[in-house]
Amino acid sequence: MADPIFGRLDWTVTPFDDFFRDPSINEGVAAAAASAVPLGAVAVIAFLTWKGLWGPLWRDWLTSADHKKIGIMYFVLAGVMMLRGVLEGAVMRTHQVTALDGGVLSAEHFAQLFSTHGTIMIFFVATPLITGLMNYVVPLQIGARDVAFPVLNQISLGLTAAGAGLVMISLVIGKFGTGGWTMYPPYTGTTFSPGPGVDYWVWAIGISGIGSTLAGINIAVTIYKKRSPGMKFLRMPIFTWTSLCTAIMMIYAFPALTVSTAMLALDRSLDFRFFTNDLGGNMMQYANIFWMFGHPEVYIVVLPAYGVFSEIAATFSAKRIYSYNSMVIATSAIAVISFTVWLHHFFTMGQGASVNAAFGIATMIIAVPTGVKVYNWMATMFRGRVRLSVPIIYLVGFFFLFVFGGLTGVILANPTIDYQVHNSQFLVAHFHNVLIPGVLFGVLAGVHYWFPKAFGFRLHEGPARLEAYLWFGGFSLAFLPLYWLGLMGMPRRSASYDNPAFEPAMWLAVVGAAMVVGALGVAIWNFWASARDREALACPVGDPWDGRTLEWSIPSPPPEYNFYALPRVNTVDAWTVEKAVGHPYEMAPRYTDIEMPRSTAMGVVIGGASAAMGFAITWWIWWLAALSFAVIVAALIARAFVRETTRTIKAVEVEVAHRAFLREASRTPAVGRDDEIAPDNLGHARPAVPA
Amino acid sequence: MSSSAHPGINLGGGDPKAQRESETPAFGFWVFLMSDLIIFGVLFAHYVVMTGARAGGPGPSTLFDLRSVAAQTFLLLASSFTYGMASLALKHQRQVRPVAIWLIVTAALGAAFVLLELRDFVNMVGEGGPPQRSGFLSALWALTGLHWLHVTAGLVWIATMLALLSRFGLSDRNKTRLLLLGLYWHFLDLIWIGILSVVYLGGLA
Ligand code: HEM
Ligand SMILES: [Cu+2]
Repeated sequence: MADPIFGRLDWTVTPFDDFFRDPSINEGVAAAAASAVPLGAVAVIAFLTWKGLWGPLWRDWLTSADHKKIGIMYFVLAGVMMLRGVLEGAVMRTHQVTALDGGVLSAEHFAQLFSTHGTIMIFFVATPLITGLMNYVVPLQIGARDVAFPVLNQISLGLTAAGAGLVMISLVIGKFGTGGWTMYPPYTGTTFSPGPGVDYWVWAIGISGIGSTLAGINIAVTIYKKRSPGMKFLRMPIFTWTSLCTAIMMIYAFPALTVSTAMLALDRSLDFRFFTNDLGGNMMQYANIFWMFGHPEVYIVVLPAYGVFSEIAATFSAKRIYSYNSMVIATSAIAVISFTVWLHHFFTMGQGASVNAAFGIATMIIAVPTGVKVYNWMATMFRGRVRLSVPIIYLVGFFFLFVFGGLTGVILANPTIDYQVHNSQFLVAHFHNVLIPGVLFGVLAGVHYWFPKAFGFRLHEGPARLEAYLWFGGFSLAFLPLYWLGLMGMPRRSASYDNPAFEPAMWLAVVGAAMVVGALGVAIWNFWASARDREALACPVGDPWDGRTLEWSIPSPPPEYNFYALPRVNTVDAWTVEKAVGHPYEMAPRYTDIEMPRSTAMGVVIGGASAAMGFAITWWIWWLAALSFAVIVAALIARAFVRETTRTIKAVEVEVAHRAFLREASRTPAVGRDDEIAPDNLGHARPAVPA
Repeated sequence: MSSSAHPGINLGGGDPKAQRESETPAFGFWVFLMSDLIIFGVLFAHYVVMTGARAGGPGPSTLFDLRSVAAQTFLLLASSFTYGMASLALKHQRQVRPVAIWLIVTAALGAAFVLLELRDFVNMVGEGGPPQRSGFLSALWALTGLHWLHVTAGLVWIATMLALLSRFGLSDRNKTRLLLLGLYWHFLDLIWIGILSVVYLGGLA
């Protein structure tokens, strides 16, 4: 029976305890990973205290409702989680080279690793990365001062962070579930998984999933309602288009995840019979509902990456995007079709040949609009004056690798083939092949591209190139051999195997994983080194790449209200046209008072209370669960009574700031594209060619 | 951007400023309701799939009490009507008092609905039909229970709304909130009609 105060928590739940009882490599790895969390936390706390940064952290970041800061915080969160996720990938690879007839880790530990790795990578890396990117970029691209609901934005971030926090805590207190990132019942029901592990997953995903739904609503409404004058739908940058489609997909896909997760929670906590083996439960319904979310999710994360590639293909080729309209149509088509293919994730579940055929065909059709896009990007670069900068390196890498991954997807879409290779390493290769060259390369390209906008200085080009090559090479070695393994019959999620023929490919894969870890190391070093050299890399005028869209018309970093005066737009690529034939860097005829949201602790309170609630239910600490829930409700009600939610910035103040910026712009010499990565590039672009 | 107001009851030309300021929240709330609708939609679909999964447990003919359901339907529809009266009072009378009175009537009807359905839930448990009994019952309880929770949350919102009205009167933000609350309340009606047709009438047909 659970203790009334501590539920099922006691001193035996930490991996340290296991390590002392059984000092093996397996337990050592677990204990080391578990120590990393408190040690990392202590290091961060010590650093903040030493530098006296608690005040600024609270005032300028955690309580800020500024979409730009929230976007950056999404990135920090995703970055920390990615570190853990990639290291787990490397640990799994290391284990698997030793796994012929055994292996250094226990099977259970390996199962936890692929479960946390998959969960983290999808929900706490890919999703927050693209949410952060949209948060940062979309309002700037459409000429808005903030998102439609700034406080809600903060709450979305808080909920995502709460979920991530639960996954992190599970390293130290208790264990994570072993059901993979999809946590299929009945295995994850209480009969077979009585411990707290699956509950951690349920609450991490349940809470962060609601955050993602709300984020989607926010971004969609921002794009519908907050565009600056003249920004018609067909004048929006392609990144904004992809964000709109992604946001709409989030609104419709994440509720299905909320439902499947809530049902699993009811099964586990209140003994419902949704997915149990007995009393009429039906686990196929879990797969069904989960993938109604799951498939759209992969397009949710990849569409903004496509958007990034569209922006950089045009910018770094100094050409407008080839066939804007077909880009928009293809994006929308993907968003719609992606809701009609989910069944390809369980072709083998027995729904019959004709159903499988229909979904197989739908799956193949979705490759068509993606193909259209790839041709459009290539056509954009064709005969352009392409600069082979870091984002373009990612784009070219994407061309090779993503097309390959997409083609293996079309192969898997054929149910007869899928019967042979599903649940094999072929699948592992396939989804990493679309997620890494697709989503991750896109985000990395976007980071390099928009980093100077956010921080006022560029990243060093050399290390960033090295990083890109390491990702390309590391990915190829780590995952392409797995296609071969899959065809040889090696199942996914194998803690050990008995066929020596699998070993060579496993060795290639571990080398690849090491290169990816190296890429991450280079990335961290480059952030640090570029911050150190920020004087030499500064681009305060804000247009280091001769950009085409509105965000490049404002200083770097942008003022909190983004635009001194809302721009009037009458074409696509408004900023390029302005630079070519208009009057860039001019005073506005009139300035108005600007209302900006005030800081609030809502996000922190709701996020913190949600994390406490999830933790409490996981450990059956019912009083804490009730208390946290009450805090959430009370906070929401109390917020309604707050009167002063905005703060006014006076028109004169804005005018003075604008005049100062224009003076700086006119004093800064314009540089051509040959000097793009030279210290001379202070962000004032000499337009390469007329629009 | 667009000059057309969001669909549904609105403040109209009588108060153009409040109407303009309510546009974004109202649109956002519509979008939120659409995502909530997905949640209900999935639960409806699940319920339909699971109608046969009774595992020897009780089914609609033993569990459903159509007279109680009819009373609940009446109460909820009547509360929607009274909420409509509150909206009209907001739009045309522009005083706190009539709006508050209609809200109180709405809340009373809603509370009666909630209690009556609660009684049904208790009876179902008494007849051997708790959600733990079968896959079918889990689906039934999830669908009707979620609606019940929504109405209960709506009651909390109405109570908060009354407090806000007494504190700030018919401020622009309160007007916006009344529009959103109205959308929410009518939405729950819509879901109930679905439950009535699919679960109760469908189950006994
Ligand atoms: C960067 C280096 C990475 C390495 C070395 C790596 C390695 C691995 C390994 C070894 C597995 C287990 C495969 C198996 O079941 O046999 C795995 C599973 C998985 N990975 Fe990765 N991965 C990496 C990056 C990513 C990224 C970026 C994502 C997504 C954005 C991702 C998503 C997943 C998912 C969803 C699973 C499935 C987990 C499950 O079976 O439930 N991985 N990965
Ligand atoms: Cu899919």
